[in-house]
Amino acid sequence: MSAIASTPAEAPLAQPASPAELFFTFNRLALQGFGGVLAIAQHELVERQRWLTRQQFVEMLSLSQVLPGPNVVNLALMLGDRFFGWRGALASLGGMLLVPLVIVLALTAAYAEFSRIAVVAGALRGMGAVAAGLVIATAFRLMGTLRSNRLGPPLAAAFSVATFVMIALLHWPLVWVLAGLGSLAIALAWRRWR
Amino acid sequence: MSGWFHTALSAADLLGLFGHFLVLSLFAVGGAITTAPDMHRYVVAEHHWISDAQFTSSIAIAQAAPGPNVLFVATLGWSVAGPLGAIATMFGTLIPSTLLTLAVTRWGAKRKESRGMRAFTTGLTPLTIGLLVATGWLLAAPYATDRAHAIGAIALVAITVIVMVRTRISPMWLVGLGAIVGAFGWV
Repeated sequence: MSAIASTPAEAPLAQPASPAELFFTFNRLALQGFGGVLAIAQHELVERQRWLTRQQFVEMLSLSQVLPGPNVVNLALMLGDRFFGWRGALASLGGMLLVPLVIVLALTAAYAEFSRIAVVAGALRGMGAVAAGLVIATAFRLMGTLRSNRLGPPLAAAFSVATFVMIALLHWPLVWVLAGLGSLAIALAWRRWR
Repeated sequence: MSGWFHTALSAADLLGLFGHFLVLSLFAVGGAITTAPDMHRYVVAEHHWISDAQFTSSIAIAQAAPGPNVLFVATLGWSVAGPLGAIATMFGTLIPSTLLTLAVTRWGAKRKESRGMRAFTTGLTPLTIGLLVATGWLLAAPYATDRAHAIGAIALVAITVIVMVRTRISPMWLVGLGAIVGAFGWV
């Protein structure tokens, strides 16, 4: 809960003590995630627990992006596997899904009734707007990693902007953007290590 | 209410549902939500198991509830065939992508310092960041285009971004703030 704006990217990394700690950490961050968990995951795993640097987080996220399946779920699996193998992967996955699953199924029954109440509908709108802001803020936090990107900051930023335009403004399918623009970016990065 | 709890599906239908979600899992690059159009085609248009409205509210509930958005798959399965339906869709969605992710992670971890893996993560990182901004943009768009509340909503998004970038306070405080100003009808 501390409000220090330090630079956690530089701080030494910590490690989870056990699969149980992974379970409870992912459970806690999933329960905070209204309208998506990614922003909370970045906050908890990088800024708070310091299990990953921002650089490691964005690399893990990049990999989970191109793999099928929900990004945060893939991220949980990778992180769990990294520390405790299979047991860690299952602990992270279970922590992220079990309790929220029970809640969401309980809400399913109640939703039709409650969503008609204006105050509840308004509160959900407000939480939705914050969820959008949290995702944008996560992107801003991770932008710093582009400074050390081997593509060079201007080219890396150009790829970010192009991705934004293709997905948000042109509504192109993600698979095509990753296959086309992604391949180009990887090919250019490949040449930097000659 | 009764619609949520019926289990009208035969064992063969349940197996078909499970199989369909197994296949979709491997195409869900960018998250399960990207395969939602095909889920809609299967359970609404082709089999008429649930209505359009039930399909949409399944997704809305998962968005509003805490937890990863992939849980909409469980609410969808539940509305199709109760608890067994939720189990069929949830396991169908998770098993293939989980196995693939673990296999690729372990394969990649061994080659972490190789030129190929470095080029891969270096090249994709800028796309990942662009994609995050795009996701936030698309999430914010419905609030910002609603004339009655646009200013409040844009201000709330901006405050959220500034506070999160400048401080390390828990996002929960901002979600709480959003719920309160939303309940007052300001966004």
